[in-house]
Amino acid sequence: MTLEDMARELVAAALGAGARDADAVVAESDGLGVGVRLREVEKVKRARQRRAGLRVFVGDSTAIASTADLTAEGLDTLARDACTLARSTAPDPHAGLPEAADLARDWPDLDLHDPALEALDPAQPLEWTREAEAAALDAAPEITNSEGSEFSSSVGQVTYASSLGFAGGYRGSHASLAVVPVATRDGAMQRDAWFTAHRKLAGLESPVSVGAEAARRTLRRLGARRAPTRDCPVVFDPESAATLLRHLAGAVAGPALYRRMSFLLGRLGEQVAASAVTVVDDPLLPAAPGSRPFDGEGVAQRRRTVVERGVLTTYLLDSYSARRLGLRPTGHASRGVGDVPSAGPTNFFVEPGPHAPEAIVASVREGLYVTELIGFGVNLVTGDYSRGAVGLWIENGELAYPVEEITIAGNLNDMLRDIEMVGNDLRLRTSLASPTLKIARMTVAGT
Amino acid sequence: MRRPTGQQRRLAVWRLRRAFATLVTMEVAGVERFFCERFGLTNAGLERVLGSALERHADYADLYFEFRVIQTASLEEGVVKHATRTLDQGVGVRVLAGARSGYAYSDEVSLERLEIAAGTARLIAEERGGTEALTAPATGRPRHDLYRLARPPVDTPLAEQTALLLRLDAVARAVDPAISNVLVGIGIEHRVVLMMTSGGVVVGDVRPLVRLNVTCIAERDGVRQQGTYGGGGRFAFGTLTDGRAERFAREAARQALVNLDAVDAPAGPMTVVLGPGWPGILLHEAIGHGLEGDFNRKRVSAFTDRIGTRVASELCTVVDDGTLPGRRGSLNVDDEGTPTGRTVLIERGILRGYLQDRLNATLMGMPLTGNGRRESFAHLPMPRMTNTFMLAGEEAPEDIIRSVDRGLYAVSFGGGQVDITNGRFVFSASEAYLIEGGKVGAPVKGATLIGNGPDVLTRITRVGSDLQLDEGIGTCGKDGQSVPVGVGLPTVRIDGLTVGGTQA
Repeated sequence: MTLEDMARELVAAALGAGARDADAVVAESDGLGVGVRLREVEKVKRARQRRAGLRVFVGDSTAIASTADLTAEGLDTLARDACTLARSTAPDPHAGLPEAADLARDWPDLDLHDPALEALDPAQPLEWTREAEAAALDAAPEITNSEGSEFSSSVGQVTYASSLGFAGGYRGSHASLAVVPVATRDGAMQRDAWFTAHRKLAGLESPVSVGAEAARRTLRRLGARRAPTRDCPVVFDPESAATLLRHLAGAVAGPALYRRMSFLLGRLGEQVAASAVTVVDDPLLPAAPGSRPFDGEGVAQRRRTVVERGVLTTYLLDSYSARRLGLRPTGHASRGVGDVPSAGPTNFFVEPGPHAPEAIVASVREGLYVTELIGFGVNLVTGDYSRGAVGLWIENGELAYPVEEITIAGNLNDMLRDIEMVGNDLRLRTSLASPTLKIARMTVAGT
Repeated sequence: MRRPTGQQRRLAVWRLRRAFATLVTMEVAGVERFFCERFGLTNAGLERVLGSALERHADYADLYFEFRVIQTASLEEGVVKHATRTLDQGVGVRVLAGARSGYAYSDEVSLERLEIAAGTARLIAEERGGTEALTAPATGRPRHDLYRLARPPVDTPLAEQTALLLRLDAVARAVDPAISNVLVGIGIEHRVVLMMTSGGVVVGDVRPLVRLNVTCIAERDGVRQQGTYGGGGRFAFGTLTDGRAERFAREAARQALVNLDAVDAPAGPMTVVLGPGWPGILLHEAIGHGLEGDFNRKRVSAFTDRIGTRVASELCTVVDDGTLPGRRGSLNVDDEGTPTGRTVLIERGILRGYLQDRLNATLMGMPLTGNGRRESFAHLPMPRMTNTFMLAGEEAPEDIIRSVDRGLYAVSFGGGQVDITNGRFVFSASEAYLIEGGKVGAPVKGATLIGNGPDVLTRITRVGSDLQLDEGIGTCGKDGQSVPVGVGLPTVRIDGLTVGGTQA
């Protein structure tokens, strides 16, 4: 039985067990992970998983069940369990599948799958991790240790079927290679990391370049000191700027809005960011990490500008939150096999601006260049923001020395409005991505 | 659906007959029989798989079977909107050879799949030249029975759960008309695991886990804030309904209301007083991760080579204890079959020990501590914390606050994170107050606190007599794996921690 047949049969079984409507997700993936550390093989891991999830609507009540037991008996139990659960939840007039008119009818081949990743022999990626780690270890005598280099890949398939008659599926693959070197100076250790990721093997950067970049990033952290407490401009490198996009995506996601848990509630059509900022969500980019032909409810996909020159133009909505807000779904239902559908971005990025990253740093007389953020100090209800930061101190337009054990704080409302410069260095390595961003003023706490 | 009801809900040690050493108690067999029946496996077949995993130069092999049901129910906007039920099952085969791990897992469980997995896992052994096989020193620890229950909490009728959800919604809203939305979630887990090792140990464990979370949104004069509270553990669902759940709901509402009045937090170094209980997340981030065996074996931890040295003030004794009955972070055995224990990490300021799994204990020649944990059958074990806390001191908590002229009093936290290698850690306050002239003053907005692990506990100048463990809400993430943990702390005063607010 194909996965698509299985999804269809689950929907039929749910209707047979008393559901008014139902939809099913069946997913399978095969994974490979290998790692070396200090030039020796450290691990080889292989994975295989197949799961089925079913959402049922019994009257206006809903429930979800999922299982790894894909035997006929297991699937039958799944349908009955889901319907039994739904009889215990409360009716909700907004519950239900999307409108048939919003479903994807046909879709392009988005080139998401690489057959070369299907039959990968562990010996090959082990060689790449060896090369990548060696490039880092050999970069400088101060690279004294390593947490290793890892390659991981997965190939899989997702299928979706619903009682609206929709049935479809797509294959996808993913591969990544990472290196984590450790450097020592005067008895103090620092680590950093670099990685390459792509849906296709041929899209990965060379192992040697990944190792060399990991070493460069680690070495520049040696001798880090603390910075004085003060207000100053903060430049986010592309990696740390992408974390700001994650907060933005969370604040414009339907469930956060109808629950009144977002600082961007009621701000549609308003200027929420500096006019230099345009944010796009594009699920249809060929071979991109967050691309998909339809969302977790079968809804059609299209490119949307979420923030256009600072103005919030759309939320990210699944069908439930759309109905709650009196809006149309935008095709952003995100869904694990057994989870309640939520809403989230696909390929979500800040459009590149006119400035070279060097020019952005050069524009700062005294401030912070952030390369890593840690911790959870973001309150999306209020926008209050306070996180641990690592980076380089900028003096007279130049990266002067590394800094650590500092925090940066502000409010996301102000931070988005204070984005003064947008870099031209966007790369869509991960589904959330940004070029370098400069925020005019935040509070740095250190000494 | 077949459920493991009527099984032995206790630690089971069973005998592998042929080639393996024997450890026998015969009341056993429940867990092991459950898996054999569910997947049509036989003892002889499993022995063959272990034998095949050990071919060539492997030191050790194990099988990890898992069956898990998770039931959730959630309420928002006054109605029970969602219920989910998830069934997971699978098996992982691991082979160790020196510092190498080979691992293969599948959620399709059959002898054929197991043979294929064993073939993959032993690839790492075949890569290695012949050296002496290493073995971990045996542990002399007793076995425990920390969470045996008459009825698995996952079998709690949904009607009982939805009734509690509705009651908590009412309790939270009754606190104040400013409470505009209440979200409550119940999660109940029933996990059955079976571990079979090439050392001849066969151990089963049935692990219940109950969790309840309440989030309240408060709105007043155009200001919106949230408060979150919750708890749980490895206990019966009824343990929540003895008034504890209502207390969680009132606490979440209270925290949301307090935050409505919060002023901007200060920025810069200052004296910080941490309240008892969940602020123990300080220990988890500042020292706990840095004392995990893998980072120290690899010499990438800020605590590498520091056993026997002073890393905290004399007032500080910190332990990791997986044997506390019913606690979220507790386990009868870790995920390698080693009984959990109580490990002293810091004794009166001196670093005493690391947390170990089998691989790292073996390579470091140190004893197993029962901290080899994994998120599921789909993951390799790693050294992880269980319940990590500081022992009580002698001061009254009020006196500690009174001793501070100007500082921050933080009583609740969101999450934390640490960079193991340079020791820098953060944890983010979600309820905190200014201290002025020895008195608790205005509430401040959430702020991240940042410090340096090997340094921060040396700045502890007062330790309260009020040790509390957290309510049972912690989940620790490491290397992509999440496991439930606990923390605990008495009230402590830290002289000089950087507060990441906006008032420079």
